[in-house]
Amino acid sequence: MAACIALTLGGCEREKRDFTGPQPPGGPAPPLVGLQPGTPSPVPPDPRGARYENNAYHIGQGQNLFRWMNCNGCHANGGGDAGPALMDGEWRYGGDIDHIYASIDQGRPNGMPSFRGKIPPEQIWQLAAYVRSLSGNIRKDAVPSRSEGMSATPPLTRRESEPPKGGDPAPNQEPQR
Amino acid sequence: MRPAIFSAILLLAGCRGRQNALDFASDQSSAIGDVWHLMLVVCGVMYLLMMLLLGWAIWRALKARAASHDARTAAPGVDRKWRAALAAWSALIVLGLFVLAGGSFLVDRRLARGEDPNALQVRITASEWWWQVEYLDPAPSHTIVTANELHLPVDRPTHVELRSNDVIHSFWVPNLNGKTDLIPGRSNFQTLTPRRTGRWRGQCAEFCGLEHARMAMDVTVHDAAGFAEWQAAQRALAKAPDTPRRTEGQHVFMTSTCASCHTIAGTDASGKVGPDLTHLASRHSLAAGALPLDAKTLAAWISQPHAEKPGTNMPATDLPPDRLGALVDYLMSLR
Amino acid sequence: MNTARELDATWADAPGWRGWIATVDHKRIGRRYLVTAFVFFIMGGILALVMRTQLAYPNGHVVGPDRYNQLFSMHGSSMMFLFAVPVMEAVAVYIVPLMCGTRNIAFPRLNAFSYWIYLFGGIMIYAAFFLNVGPETGWFSYVPLAGPQFSPGKRTDFWAQMITFTEVAALAVAIELIVTILKMRAPGMTLARMPLFLWSMLVTSFMVVFAMPAVMLASSFLIMDRLVGTHYYNAAEGGDPLLWQHLFWFFGHPEVYIIFLPALGMVSSITQTFARRPVFGRLALVVSLVATGFLAFGLWVHHMFATGLPRMGNSFYTAASMMIALPSGVQIFCWMVTLGTGRPKFSTPLLFVIGFFITFVLGGLTGVMQASVPLDLQLHDTYFVVAHFHYVLIGGSVFPLFGAFFYWFPKFTGKALNETAGKWTFWLFFTGFNVTFFPMHIAGLQGMPRRVYTYPGDMGWGLWNLMSTAGSYLIAISMLVFIVNVVRTLRSRETAAENPWDAPDLEWAAASPPAKYNFAAVPVVTSDTPLWTERDALGALSGLRDDRPEVLITSAVEAAPQIRWGMPSPSVWPLVTALGLTVMFVWSIFTPWGIVWGAIPFAIGATVWFWPKRSQPGLESES
Repeated sequence: MAACIALTLGGCEREKRDFTGPQPPGGPAPPLVGLQPGTPSPVPPDPRGARYENNAYHIGQGQNLFRWMNCNGCHANGGGDAGPALMDGEWRYGGDIDHIYASIDQGRPNGMPSFRGKIPPEQIWQLAAYVRSLSGNIRKDAVPSRSEGMSATPPLTRRESEPPKGGDPAPNQEPQR
Repeated sequence: MRPAIFSAILLLAGCRGRQNALDFASDQSSAIGDVWHLMLVVCGVMYLLMMLLLGWAIWRALKARAASHDARTAAPGVDRKWRAALAAWSALIVLGLFVLAGGSFLVDRRLARGEDPNALQVRITASEWWWQVEYLDPAPSHTIVTANELHLPVDRPTHVELRSNDVIHSFWVPNLNGKTDLIPGRSNFQTLTPRRTGRWRGQCAEFCGLEHARMAMDVTVHDAAGFAEWQAAQRALAKAPDTPRRTEGQHVFMTSTCASCHTIAGTDASGKVGPDLTHLASRHSLAAGALPLDAKTLAAWISQPHAEKPGTNMPATDLPPDRLGALVDYLMSLR
Repeated sequence: MNTARELDATWADAPGWRGWIATVDHKRIGRRYLVTAFVFFIMGGILALVMRTQLAYPNGHVVGPDRYNQLFSMHGSSMMFLFAVPVMEAVAVYIVPLMCGTRNIAFPRLNAFSYWIYLFGGIMIYAAFFLNVGPETGWFSYVPLAGPQFSPGKRTDFWAQMITFTEVAALAVAIELIVTILKMRAPGMTLARMPLFLWSMLVTSFMVVFAMPAVMLASSFLIMDRLVGTHYYNAAEGGDPLLWQHLFWFFGHPEVYIIFLPALGMVSSITQTFARRPVFGRLALVVSLVATGFLAFGLWVHHMFATGLPRMGNSFYTAASMMIALPSGVQIFCWMVTLGTGRPKFSTPLLFVIGFFITFVLGGLTGVMQASVPLDLQLHDTYFVVAHFHYVLIGGSVFPLFGAFFYWFPKFTGKALNETAGKWTFWLFFTGFNVTFFPMHIAGLQGMPRRVYTYPGDMGWGLWNLMSTAGSYLIAISMLVFIVNVVRTLRSRETAAENPWDAPDLEWAAASPPAKYNFAAVPVVTSDTPLWTERDALGALSGLRDDRPEVLITSAVEAAPQIRWGMPSPSVWPLVTALGLTVMFVWSIFTPWGIVWGAIPFAIGATVWFWPKRSQPGLESES
């Protein structure tokens, strides 16, 4: 009984429908220079991220936006196509929500456009949260199992977590000093 | 007694209104009105009979209270005549139901007549919480895309195809026809043959989430000339900005988040996520009937949509006041 | 006599809370069910008051859309799943064994289990509601809105699992009632002589057995879609959103008749007693009940007329939906004739029955209106429908329920509710009800759709909504009067006569309230109104043991005595098993492994519960 109550209590954050947008407005711009493969991010996480990562409504909106903003066009449904896969643990520019936000916001070499000014910060946060869920790194009770379209991913609620490894996965490169 | 009050209230309450199932403005709603009138009469009579029977029972009961004999074991003679009455009553109900079922079936057949080749073709695609309205035409340059407004020619059938982008909605303009659901994965159809010009209001009639209550459809029925004029205006590309402020406004539109989701035909903005804005200022309302359309409401909608329609998919757009003013000025020029 | 004292000891529960949690006495469990269902009724009513307050004026700001959607979803779910069906079952659980002349309901431990499951399911969904994870897509939860993409989080999952809880409880009680009514009636109570309330409960229970699995299937598919990404309702992958509607309404339509039929049985009981003559048209009434039960399964598509199904098929459902008016019309005629040819006394129970006639018939006629496809396409999903179903549900079920409550209260407690307060309750409720729901017919015809958290001020709906809100507060006052009446009566020391209404059915031969063993000797019946024909000398059959709990099993049609059957003793294991099942259900909302791990406590409880006892000579024990 107590476990059930605890589980549902954890739901307050998950179930909020908050339409006010990130406070303060905007998003993070974490520097990339400190990023190393296999090590965690050198900057403390942006506190606004938790609001989106743990909230089912925002993740759901991210799921819709992924389709609306044609992220499928390069990333397929997470498996990668012209753009890299978003479902695995390989992240060139960081796999936590702040770095994903920055990648969408700033654009990245080899074809990732910058969406700053094209997608409002609130929606970039929502997209970043959804992208995090593709690799199974979000609490499973906040994640939609599937979309209402053709089946493109294994059920996200059953996704085994692939924690981000960070940096370039190519094995022969020495880290810059 | 009750049906008399029922009818009286109906008459008093007014059978007129722009979102009113009893204010018939088309062939379809008139046909349904025939069923309604038949039902009102037959059901009203049945209710009256039942209340008379109840009244009789209570009156007899009050009289019998004085009697002293023990009525526990019912006298067989008493019940025999009532058994005959029961048979008659059942026959009456069956007759009434046949009349109603027959009338309903006949009207249903009338409404299901085959598609008129002369009909105007419209496709309505519902999303959470707005309507995309497309006028189909064999010539691509004659197609019209608009949102949340339906314009129809009087005395001519319009064949409406109904589709959904997300959840189940329901298209309902009571003055013109009953409702039909828009279900993802299938197309449903409805025919509208308006017989009176005027403006009507429709509303989504299947619960579709947070803003189901604010998903209205503005319907205007024109005479032939008026409809042709509307069509010609809608087919035109967007009006180019004619003042420096409007030029700046168009620039704001193109360089900020607007063009990611909205289309303005004739410009580079071709977003397909939100409503088409090519002729925004020609519409009567904003946000699917949630707000009236003027500069002030438009500015509020762009900067704080969740204050007006919480849960809407339109995001808040943070613009400094002068840029916002220019943008609104430009959008309000798009007739 | 020794017999009574021995019987008392044999059928007794342990004293205090230990006896309370382990009891298998149908009367104690029935009372619990009644109180719990009534609490859910009041809570659902309070939700409605908040909704009505929001809708009193256009563009109201009492609650926002998210909260409003949760309110109406909880109101519908609470009323339909946690009140309407359970309260009818509650009355049946209490009254049916007494009316049959037997000492307990069949499968008493299952009965205890079913109450706990119902209670835990209700607590779960209300806890979820208070924690912002209550259902938000309506009591009917259409997909794809309730699917994984458009209903984020766990709200719909809690709702779907609540269905599972209440299904299990309802099915259990249905099975107990079928067996009790068919196999445990007093000798001589042939099917032809069986009271109409037992007939209505028999038909209802069969309906439950056939209808509940459909919604269980539907909600299980929904849970699977949301939890493990199946595609039952996903059109893009070969599923169909309409599958949900078919499965749900295949249950949903019989559901409303499941709520309605017991009320018809109550009306028959009350009418017969208060008219002081055997009910007129007995055969017609029984045939009507059975016909309604069958026909109810052939109507469900009338909830789907707007979905674009083939029109010829729709016409079939028009005909069927109209046809079901015939048995109802026949029954009403019979009752009115009974009243008119009897010597009625207009006490509160009969007032509620008269209220039933006035409101239910109106609701039934608006139902016939909606049976027509073209007209339904205007009325569907508007406030006209809201008016219709409240007229048939409140008028058709809740009024008879309140009448039955006043009628059987002396039997439950040995005290009679205050008549004056009862009449006030009736008139306030009746007036408040009509002021609330009649204007909704007009609002619907004038274009107001359902399930809207607000409406514009220039549509002309404001007056009707304000009237509805005022009426709803009047209903609330009537409920307060009722509650005060109940509390004061329970506290008072005055006792009622054993059979204060001079009623004919067997339950009135037991004491008020009945002894733990109900009847000292098995009654024998020779007519359909036993206490009237055998006024002072009700036949009795001896032979059941006094030192072990035993009941008499009789044949299904003729009620000829067959064998004696041992009843199980009180036990806590139904409660433990129910707790285990609760853990399993709630855990599986979050992970499918919950079914596996949660099955362990359930299996432990069930194993101990069903562990066979060494049988005593001359006695067959029941698990």
